[in-house]
Parts: sequence; C-alpha cells; structure tokens
Amino acid sequence: MEKIFSRPKSLRNISTHYCPGCGHGIAHRLIAGVVDELGIRDKVIAIAPVGCAVLAYDYWDFDCTEAAHGRALAVATAIKRVRPQNIVFTYQGDGDLAAIGTNETIHAANRGENLTVIFINNAVYGMTGGQMAPTTLLGQKTATSPLGRNAQREGYPLKISEVLSQLSGVKYIERTSFYSPQEILKAKRAIKLAFQNQIEGIGFSLVEILSPCPTYWDMSPQKAMEWIANIMIKEFPLGRIK
Amino acid sequence: MVKDKRILMTGNEAIAEGAIQAGCRFYAGYPITPQNELTAYMAKHMPERDGIFIQAESELSAINMVFGASAAGVRAMTSSSSPGISLKQEGISYLAGTELPSVIVNMMRGGPGLGNIAPAQSDYFQATRGGGHGDYHSIVLSPSSVEEAYNFMFLAFDLADKYRNPVIILGDGMIGQMMEPLELTAVSCQLSAEYKKPWALTGCKARLPNIIRSLFLAEGALEERNLKLQKKYKEIQKAEQRLEELFSSDAEFILVAYGGMARIVKGTVKKLREKGFRAGLIRPITLWPFPQAGITQILNRLHRKKHLPIFLVVEMSYGQMLEDVKLAVDGKAKVEFLGRAGGGIPTEEEIINKIRRNGKNLFSS
Ligand SMILES: Cc1ncc(C[n+]2csc(CCOP(=O)(O)OP(=O)(O)O)c2C)c(N)n1
Ligand code: SF4
Repeated sequence: MEKIFSRPKSLRNISTHYCPGCGHGIAHRLIAGVVDELGIRDKVIAIAPVGCAVLAYDYWDFDCTEAAHGRALAVATAIKRVRPQNIVFTYQGDGDLAAIGTNETIHAANRGENLTVIFINNAVYGMTGGQMAPTTLLGQKTATSPLGRNAQREGYPLKISEVLSQLSGVKYIERTSFYSPQEILKAKRAIKLAFQNQIEGIGFSLVEILSPCPTYWDMSPQKAMEWIANIMIKEFPLGRIK
Repeated sequence: MVKDKRILMTGNEAIAEGAIQAGCRFYAGYPITPQNELTAYMAKHMPERDGIFIQAESELSAINMVFGASAAGVRAMTSSSSPGISLKQEGISYLAGTELPSVIVNMMRGGPGLGNIAPAQSDYFQATRGGGHGDYHSIVLSPSSVEEAYNFMFLAFDLADKYRNPVIILGDGMIGQMMEPLELTAVSCQLSAEYKKPWALTGCKARLPNIIRSLFLAEGALEERNLKLQKKYKEIQKAEQRLEELFSSDAEFILVAYGGMARIVKGTVKKLREKGFRAGLIRPITLWPFPQAGITQILNRLHRKKHLPIFLVVEMSYGQMLEDVKLAVDGKAKVEFLGRAGGGIPTEEEIINKIRRNGKNLFSS
C-alpha cells in the first residue's frame, strides 16, 4: 500500500508539551513539511522565540537557536548576513513579535532582510498565563484585562502585519488561520511561498497565523476554532496583505 | 633614515582596527559618545575587508545581532558606552548562558542615568560581577593606552573563542578618544585558526542538528549547566589573571589603578621615585579574573622583607575596584582610597596629598 501521509523528516518523533487543541503543533508540522518539500533541511536555521514555542528546537530536526524574548529578528538578521547561503526563519508569538520585539520586527522588515517570519497570533500571552497581548481583541478577557480589553484603557488590537505592509523593505505578507483543514492548507501554501521567496532572494516575507489557544481563551478546542472563524477574523481579516 | 611605521590613532579606532585584524567579521552598534569613532571606523572598513557592519536600531538589537553572528560561527563584536551597555546586559547574560564567544567594548562615561560624556570608571561592578541576570562572568580586559587597546583585541577574540565566553574591553572616554602613535603589527593570533566551531549553526548537512540554548527545564539540568560554567570560570581565574607591576619589590606604598586612571597614577609613581620615595604601582589588566594571585605574591614578598606597604586605590569611581583590592589584600595591609567620578579625574596633586596625609613618615625614610 502506498503511504500518502507521514511525519515530515524535519519533525522529531516525540510528543510536544502543547495543550490539547493548541495551534503551535500544527504550525511546527507545516513548517517541517515545507522544509522537507523544498529540500532545505540541511540549510535551514531556525530561531525559536520566548513564548509557548520556546522548545521548538526540541521538535524540529534541524539547526536551531533560542533568542531572548522579542529579539529573534535581530538574531536572524545577523545569521542571514553571515550565512546568506542558509535559509533562516523566525517563529514568534504576538507578544514576542509585536510587543517586546516590535522595534526589532519593524527594523528588520524595513532593512528588507531576506528572511522568513512565521508569526503566531493567538491573541494572548500563552506562556506566562494568558495575559493581554497587543493582539487581544476588544472585550476579550485575559488575566491582565479581567474586565475585557477596553480601547480607552488598553488601546486597540495591534495589526502589526498591516503596519509592516507599509514598509518598502517588506515583500510578502499574508494572514492565514487554522480554523479548518482548508485554512490549514492555505497556511501551508503561504509558509511555502515565504520560504521560496527567501530562496529566490526576494526578501522579507511574513506569514501571520491566527492560531488557537484553547487554554487561555477558556474554550474547548472545537469552540476555539469557531471563535477564530466567527470573531477573530473580523478584527484580523484573512488573505494577502502585501 | 628609518621610517617610523607608527601612525596616529584614537583608542576607538585602534580597537576597531585591532578587531578586524583579529578576524572580527561582524560588528553591530548603536551610536553613543564617547565611542562613536569605533562605530564609524567599522562602518568604513568592515565592508572593504570581508566583514559585515550593521547600525542597529538599539543596543538591544546590536547585542542580539552579535548573538546571531556568533551562533553562525564568526568572530563578532559590539561596542557602546555606559547607558548602552546597561541595555545590553540581558543579551550578555544570554551569550554567557549559551557560551557564545563575543567581544563587547564599553568606553565608560559618567553616570548614573544619562550622566555625562566625561571619562569614568563607574561600570566596574557591572562588568566584573556579571552585570546581567544569572551566575556568570565575562572576562574583562582593561587597556591603558591606545597601543594596548589595539593589542588586546587579539587577546580578546582568542580568549572568547578559547573559553566560549563573552569578553569585555573596559575602556573609558580617555582611552577611547585620545590619540597616540602606534605600530599596527598584528600580534600573532594563531588561536583564531585553532578554534574550530563544530557547535555553530551552519545547516545540519552531514551531521546531527546543532541547537543553541540556555533554557534547561529538566530536573537538575540547569544546576548541572551552572556547575559546568562555574568550572570554566575557575579555570579562567587560574589561567588568565594579568597585571602590570612597577617598583613593587621594595615599595612602601603601592598605588593601584587601571585603564586611563593608571596612566596618571603611573606618572605620579615615577615622579615620586625620582624624588626618592618608594612608591610602587599595580595595574590590573584583567579586571575579571582579578589578579588576586599577583597581588598576594607582591604582598608576601614585601612581608618577607619586613616591609608593611600601604595600598592606595585610585579610581574614576567612588570605590568599586577597591573591593577587589581589599579582598586580595585580605586584611594583610592597610588599603586607602581616592576616587572621583562624574567628570572629575583624580589629579597627581590629589594623589600625592592622599599619600602624605595617610603616611607622612613614609616620606621621611
Ligand atoms: C525580557 C522578558 N520579559 C518577559 C518574559 C516572560 N515571558 C515569557 S513568554 C512571554 C509572552 C509570550 O507570549 P507570546 O509571544 O504571545 O507567545 P505565546 O506564549 O502566546 O505563544 C513573556 C512575557 C521573558 N521571558 N523575558
Ligand atoms: S497556553 Fe495556549 S499557546 Fe500555550 S501551549 Fe497552551 S494552548 Fe498553546
């Protein structure tokens, strides 16, 4: 019998620490699949974030480094400049990429670094216990917005992808999601394009993924997917941004 | 006529040139006085000499770029001055925790806060005690002239690679901005070739993946990691202490100073000797590891000759290295202190007055 579905070579055969229904596992798998399909496993260098995905290097089976919280794109910039022949990507949460690391994000994008960025937007800080993220929706209750995010108090959800799309150095940005198998396939296509862009030297490419955090959304995995489909995409419309 | 091969350079430029000659191929920095000549020199010369220069968006970014470049296997460095070095501390802690070789130059200026741009030595604690979070040490070298600053870059990169550890060049505005003639003959730097970096991130071609991390969650794993680091620090303390001594074998009072301050103190010591006073100098070159063994040795030697020297520590701070000198002397001699900071530099006159006040009899011998 022909085997048509198996674990990518770039993904280690171990179970992850992620909560049931978490999107990080899906994202890891998609990236590993793309790396295999493009045949770049022996060239890839990944930068893991500080966030729930901090142990990503235990799951991927290629060269990886950690980076301090928010600094992944500074680390990636240097690795890519030193080793342009390698394929360098960062994997970052919304707190990492759009709060503590906003400066590194904007400037790496603005310099037009030839990098691939996988941006996991789960609208909360997962690792530290479900605090408000820059991407938390208005009205959304978190550990640090217990009454629900209020624009007067906490400002608006930060659409960092739209902000970045204004920069000349940025070549490709797409927002995708994980709420259905079709959407997951679209996300995979976007991730593949973001890697191909780097291979072809096109430049800074970022894929944002609306990704479930059932634990800190206080929802079942199923409900979390529905929340993305019905609520989250209204604030963060899907599709190609640049 | 023999042609003088020496050229005139600022300390900042000499450091940059030394670094490039020592094989530094990546530099990232953010402007701050009094080290701007260093960044500008790198901007001009790195691209011409197969190196990468990036003006980073902040010191945070710059130190994390150094992290990336070092992880990718090249000799990498950044420079800044006091407030910028404060921003780099988290990054230095990560460099120590991941054991990435790296060189960080701090041309100290007055603090706290924005302070001013006058030379100072007020970041001694920060540099020698770790500075960032966690139990770690950077190796700290203190140049006292432009030529030495240049030469130390070869040593700095070698030590960084040898021990897989951050190395700090702790200078001050005086060393950074003054001009002196020096000969640009590369000190042999054979170690750079010796240090293969099988741990570097190059893509996992024909080998298992490399991972660079400082996170250890398994029971006991971080303690084990720390014990490994502590073992390395012990080795460094044993092998790498350096100091310069002058007239210390019969000294009745020993002045202790480092970096830019040591220049003034050395002049004072020589002058006192000419006048027949038995003054000596100890100039710590490595501030961490502090040259404790050398100081103990000098002290024991003097004690054997029945000399009871008085130490006078002179700093452009309110007494930071003083603590290390006291630890080294370990109660076996009197330790006096003279310090000014925030723009004030202890003068020769102040130094001499201090000696007189505390030991009039020393001069009448
Ligand atoms: C300098 C610093 N500040 C704060 C933290 C604590 N911290 C760890 S992860 C995190 C937020 C992560 O949130 P996000 O980037 O959205 O990723 P997620 O966990 O949701 O995947 C914070 C604040 C840290 N490790 N370092
Ligand atoms: S806390 Fe949220 S983001 Fe973190 S592992 Fe659990 S579900 Fe995933």
